[in-house]
Amino acid sequence: MNYIIGAFKPPCDISITFSDARTRKQVSVKKDNGKTTMVPVFQSLETISGEVSIAPVPGKRIEHTGVKIELLGQIELYFDRGNFYDFTSLVRELDIPGEIYERKTFPFEFSTVEMPYESYNGTNVRLRYILKVTIGRNYVGNIVEYRDFCVRNYSPVPTINNSIKMEVGIEDCLHIEFEYSKSKYHLNDVIIGKIYFLLVRIKIKNMELEIRRRESTGSGSNTYVETETLAKFELMDGAPVRGESIPVRLFLTPYELTPTYRNINNKFSVKYYLNLVLVDEEDRRYFKQQEITMYRLLESPPAS
Amino acid sequence: MAAASAAVRMLPDGGADDEERWLAEGIAGVQQNAFYMHRALDSNNLKDALKYSAQMLSELRTSRLSPHKYYELYMRAFDEMKKLEMFFREETRRGSCSVVDLYELVQHAGNVLPRLYLLCTVGSVYIKSKEAPAKDVLKDLVEMCRGIQHPLRGLFLRSYLSQISRDKLPDIGSEYEGDAESINDAVEFVLQNFIEMNKLWVRMQHQGPVREKEKRGKERNELRDLVGKNLHVLSQIEGVDLDMYKETVLPRILEQVVNCKDDLAQFYLMDCIIQVFPDEYHLQTLETLLSAFPQLQPSVDIKTVLSQLMDRLSNYAASSPEVLPEFLQVEAFAKFSSAIGKVIEAQPDMPVVGAVTLYVSLLTFTLRVHPDRLDYVDQVLGACVKKLSGKAKLEDSRATKQIVALLSAPLEKYSNIVTALELSNYPRVMDYLDNATTKVMAVVIIQSIMKNTTCISTSDKIESLFDLIKGLIKDMDGAQDDELDEEDFKEEQNSVARLIHMLHNDDPEEMLKILCTVQKHILQGGPKRLTFTVPSLVFSALKLVRRLQGQDGDVTGEDVPATPKKIFQILHQTIEALSCVPSPELALRLYLQCAEAANDCDLEPVAYEFFTQAFILYEEEIADSKAQITAIHLIIGTLQRMNIFGVENRDTLTHKTTGYSAKLLKKPDQCRAVYACSHLFWTDDQDGIMDGERVLLCLKRALRIANAAQQMASATRGSSGSVTLFIEILNKYLYFFEKGIPQITNTVIQDLIELIRTEKQSDNSVADPSTEAFFSSTLRYIEFQKQKGGSIGEKYEQIKTSS
Repeated sequence: MNYIIGAFKPPCDISITFSDARTRKQVSVKKDNGKTTMVPVFQSLETISGEVSIAPVPGKRIEHTGVKIELLGQIELYFDRGNFYDFTSLVRELDIPGEIYERKTFPFEFSTVEMPYESYNGTNVRLRYILKVTIGRNYVGNIVEYRDFCVRNYSPVPTINNSIKMEVGIEDCLHIEFEYSKSKYHLNDVIIGKIYFLLVRIKIKNMELEIRRRESTGSGSNTYVETETLAKFELMDGAPVRGESIPVRLFLTPYELTPTYRNINNKFSVKYYLNLVLVDEEDRRYFKQQEITMYRLLESPPAS
Repeated sequence: MAAASAAVRMLPDGGADDEERWLAEGIAGVQQNAFYMHRALDSNNLKDALKYSAQMLSELRTSRLSPHKYYELYMRAFDEMKKLEMFFREETRRGSCSVVDLYELVQHAGNVLPRLYLLCTVGSVYIKSKEAPAKDVLKDLVEMCRGIQHPLRGLFLRSYLSQISRDKLPDIGSEYEGDAESINDAVEFVLQNFIEMNKLWVRMQHQGPVREKEKRGKERNELRDLVGKNLHVLSQIEGVDLDMYKETVLPRILEQVVNCKDDLAQFYLMDCIIQVFPDEYHLQTLETLLSAFPQLQPSVDIKTVLSQLMDRLSNYAASSPEVLPEFLQVEAFAKFSSAIGKVIEAQPDMPVVGAVTLYVSLLTFTLRVHPDRLDYVDQVLGACVKKLSGKAKLEDSRATKQIVALLSAPLEKYSNIVTALELSNYPRVMDYLDNATTKVMAVVIIQSIMKNTTCISTSDKIESLFDLIKGLIKDMDGAQDDELDEEDFKEEQNSVARLIHMLHNDDPEEMLKILCTVQKHILQGGPKRLTFTVPSLVFSALKLVRRLQGQDGDVTGEDVPATPKKIFQILHQTIEALSCVPSPELALRLYLQCAEAANDCDLEPVAYEFFTQAFILYEEEIADSKAQITAIHLIIGTLQRMNIFGVENRDTLTHKTTGYSAKLLKKPDQCRAVYACSHLFWTDDQDGIMDGERVLLCLKRALRIANAAQQMASATRGSSGSVTLFIEILNKYLYFFEKGIPQITNTVIQDLIELIRTEKQSDNSVADPSTEAFFSSTLRYIEFQKQKGGSIGEKYEQIKTSS
């Protein structure tokens, strides 16, 4: 068995390890095959260093035209599968052409890499960062090995963060005023607010607050918009009367949110909305959608 | 068509079954999730515990159950939540999860109802941990619970909140007590929960189809204790002292009660307030409390609630006399009185019975709290009159009943009608009763007088008394006499007659006035009543006459108004009234009584007049022979005792009497009357008449009649029974013989005895044992007297008793 499998295996094992792999924070990401793996997290302007170890299958030698490692930032649009747009591409030559007989390690370092965009795995688009090791060969295909890593960029607490306050309604039918304490939330924030009923002439069954993600990809006529409801949070049960005010307190932690991405490399945008939905007894839905800005707040103060 | 209608009928029937099924499903859901929850609890799996408990609580989101069934489901979940709470407490104590984190964690639940149940549960643990002030947690919980706007679910959720927070209020002396202000927070929390619950409860009435309105009312009634429980909690808070109650608690509650504008809630909550808070508080906040009543919905049964309050306070007053000054201090009566006035004003549609019930309660209150304030009582009655004024007599039987209660209350309390008579509004209230009830009331009044042997001693009071009982004294306008029960009528009139005897004053002058008053009233009574009432009046007057006679010397002067003469004039009028009845026998008796009294007063003309009247009656009115016999004997008896008549008058009267006697229809009666007349000529008085001649004459005449009677008897029937008459006459002879009338000699007696013997032995006489016995005992008497000796014995010596 091993023999047969060995026939299709690449002639060597390539492993890419980060130098601070033990201490670096890792997050789980979902891979194409649905499995989740843990990947290290970096942020922009960090130095990414480590080493590449190439171990030929015993008894074989690898003849190559050079070994290089690339750091790639790619945007992959699913409707345009196979085409990657590299917005970042850095290369380090690891070895001059020659032969490898035995395990050989090459240290590498990309210092203060600019990685303006965060890794993102959406419905129609994926933004990812990879380290790609290529052993160039003639006649036969190159041997390539990838190593994913994740980039997360933190934002400071916004200086301006107004509340969202609005009166909406259907004439002579329903008038409500809602207020969310902020318009910008960090990922573990709490949405605090209240809904005040000014006029109720319909028989309301319940009210819920949805968090929706709107992902638009492409541009011009090729824009694809995908909206996904990430959270349905029931705020109220039963029919209120005029003058009632219903509290809102929604913790964002349980939902897998990302920061808002606006026009990433002219390829895609991800926006978040709060959608307040009132359902009447005939299951008609009345809603009002408000955009909120999500940002990533540094979870713990950076060690200086 | 038929099938369709059958299907329609089927629907409501299926309702109950469906509900049972839904409940069963709900319970199964709770049990199943509880099972998984337990497993999670056992393995300390917080995440699963939260998941399954939320699922379990989701069963409570149902809208299909009636309150009753929903309660059943709720209780199942409630039991499970207690276990969860214990787990949470353990979890935080172990430190595996901080209570703050837990408090956030449960809020991740997507559905609002399970989320809030969990939040309350963790909140309870949070307070217990004292990591945050109790007031902050409570405030957060009570705010967050606004998320449930469905009445039934909201009520139960808030009731859960109330339940778990009860022992954790930052009350004074509680371990959760914070700073000085924390008691306010405790009260504020309960009040807010109460207000929200009441809103939900009221809202329940207005949601859903109109046709199920009644059903909803019933269902709401089942839920009312959930709301009322909050008031109970408030009353249990140590820190709620009188000041706090006065300044915060009561005004806030009342504001909610008034503003909710729901009759069911208003009725229940007012009642609740009265029941749960101490009497002392009510007394001190009476004004505030009462001011709420006029603002309630017109359909609220205020009378019951207000009566309850008054009952409670009067019980409170009765329980300890030392609280009475407080009642005076807060002017409880005035406040109640004005509140009732306002309530009645505010509820123009309130039935009369309601208003009257209120007055009854107020009156009871007054009588118990201010027994000495008769003016209050009168004020109540006056207010009642005012309410009733402008209306016709009451038709509503319940209202009538209440009026009777209203009127009876002072009687019972004071057990003295005299007090009631001072109430100027008393009779005015009575005016609104229908005739039958007026009578009942009058009887009650009289019975009260009898029971307490109250003596009413001024004519003014009697005037008002008769005003009260006028239903018995005279025919009321439009009264239907035919419905009258004869027995009842007699009973009533007898009581009036008894009443007359209770009217008494030691001062003759006043007594005379009383008599005049009574006379004035009873003469209006009409023929049916007079026979009952007149004798009472007559004898009452005669009693006065006798009393005057007792103090003879002082009062016979002309200037004293209360002379016997005057009384006799009254009597004369009174008895004369009987002629219209007509009741000649009674009038005759009364005349004779009066004559006798006049005799004792030495008023010859008066006595003569009475006799004349008696004779006229005898001649003109008494036709029945039996009645005649009775009457003639009465006349003879009375006349015999008269000693003031001059010879001429006496002759006239005796002559008439004898004449009437001889004209009786039946011979034996004639005979007996005539021999009775003999007494008229022989009196034992010192200066009495002693006319032996005429005595003998009468007796002889009697004998003749007896003889004639016997002959008549033997002629018509062939037998004679009239030996008895002879024996009776013999006895008369013996009587006068003993009296020593010279004309009666032993020879005459001897002859008579012989005559009787002969008659007895005659052929056609029938042996009658009683006659025989009568005769032999008469003879024995003679023998006895002989043996006794003495002067009488000697006289008898001559008479032979044996043949």
